[in-house]
Formats: sequence, C-alpha cells, structure tokens
Amino acid sequence: MKARVHVMLKNGVLDPQGEAVRHALGSLGFEGVAGVRQGKVIELDLADGTSESTINDMCDKLLANTVIESYRVEVL
Amino acid sequence: MRAAVIVFPGSNCDRDMAVALAAAGADVSMVWHKDAALPDGVDLVAIPGGFSFGDYLRCGAIAAKSPICKAVVAHADRGGYVLGVCNGFQVLTETGLLPGALMRNSNLKFICKTVDLKVETSDTAFTEGYNAGDIIRLPVAHHDGNYTVDPDTLALLEAEDRVAFRYVTNPNGSVADIAGVVSANRRVLGMMPHPERAVDAGHGGTDGRALFRGLVGQLALS
Repeated sequence: MKARVHVMLKNGVLDPQGEAVRHALGSLGFEGVAGVRQGKVIELDLADGTSESTINDMCDKLLANTVIESYRVEVL
Repeated sequence: MRAAVIVFPGSNCDRDMAVALAAAGADVSMVWHKDAALPDGVDLVAIPGGFSFGDYLRCGAIAAKSPICKAVVAHADRGGYVLGVCNGFQVLTETGLLPGALMRNSNLKFICKTVDLKVETSDTAFTEGYNAGDIIRLPVAHHDGNYTVDPDTLALLEAEDRVAFRYVTNPNGSVADIAGVVSANRRVLGMMPHPERAVDAGHGGTDGRALFRGLVGQLALS
C-alpha cells in the first residue's frame, strides 16, 4: 500500500519561501496572487495493512515538526 | 570536567568545538552518532554546527532521531548540561529539549557574518562569564536561523529569563530578536551564533571565550 503525507506550515506561521514565490509570480506578471504557502509531499511505500494511526505516528515523530507544521495523510 | 562532542555525518564545527572546550580546560571526547551511550562521567554534551544528514527533511530532524540523541535526551533529563550551536540548536529543538523551531531566514539567504549580540542573562552556567547587557561579537553562518515559537511559550521564555542572547540587529527574522535560549532548568542552551569560532585571536575575535571558560569552570566546581 501507499500513502501520501502532505506537510504544510501551520496557519499563522510566516512562510518566507512562499512569500518569495508570491513575489516572483507577481514579477512574472501574474496578478491577484494574494498568498502562496509552500509545503512538501512525502510518499510512503508501506506494508499492506499499515494502520493510519501508525502513519500518524510516523508524522508526529519524524515527518512533520508539529511545532510549526501540520500534516494530512492520504492513503492511496 | 568532561565534555562529549557529538559527530554526525555532515557536522563541520565539531573539531572547532572540541578545541574551544579543550582550551577552556575540558577533557573532551568525540562521540559518533551511531553510539548508543555517552562516555562515563560526561558533564557536558556539545552538539556542533554543520549540516547533519545534509539537512534532509528539516535541519536537525534526522540527527535528533539518531541513537546518540536518545542518550543526550536522557543526559539532559538527568540534569546534565547540553550546548547546541547552530545546527546543534536545530537538533535540540527537534528533540524537544528546547522549545520552538528554526525556520528559513526571512530574507531566504545564507547569512555568514559577524554580528553583535546582547547577553540577556548571566544567570546560566553558559553565560555567567558575561554581564547581562554586555554586547559581544560572534560569527553567524546559517540558512535556517529564524527562531519561531508560539506566543504563550515566548511569554514564558521572557518571564523566566530564558533568552540567553539577542541580536542587536536582527539578521534572520527571529521572533523577539532571539539568538539563543535555555531550558527551564537552565542547563540546556541552544544558540545560532558560533562562540567556538571566536576563542582565539586568530579568529578575529575572542568574545566566545568567556562562554567556554565560564562553563568549564562552573562544571568543574560542581
């Protein structure tokens, strides 16, 4: 089985990289981009039957820093 | 006084740290990240700067889960002293020994220069060689030194006098100009600037020397 983990900075945590991307889009002439948030996607190739709580555990312990990041698990 | 310097793949300030500690009188051993235990009788663990595990995933994240870090956390939980500089600070936040996190610098640039720092408290073994209010000059060299912490924890850090150093001119966007913080028991210090790169006249400055001398002196007494 596969799972995909989406890791994003929490709302309210300033994202300097997202801001830089927003500026770059503006300088390319794309108007009306009010905000950009940048995160990461991690794909996991797992043993069949791995529980969602185990995947959440992986996120809490390593894949996300829950001080500044939130995550969402998508089982594929 | 016995000190252990942890070496990860990608550490690059480990030898500077060992030299600075030895010059201050510590008996220093280097400890590889795969070791599961610290040498007997270690008073201080120093986690050096560098790019442990290539900064993969997040700075310090993989190092924080290495076998030796379990022993470092146990050492801190027993009341042992820990100093984390630069990547070492990032590792300490990732282990949870210090609050907050270090994010990408607000200007997105790698910053490598000598900065003015204000010593905010002399009430730690690390900073007792300074006076609160002293301005010292130490090098910074980091891409992810933008300290962030939630408002409640920030208020706690301020109320408990746990901000050790602040930037005089904030180079990286850190909240409240914070350059270094200590744990609740004041025995774990994380800081982005490099005191070990300012202990010899040949470094261009010696303002880091008081940190190592004070620390080694204090721990030798205890």
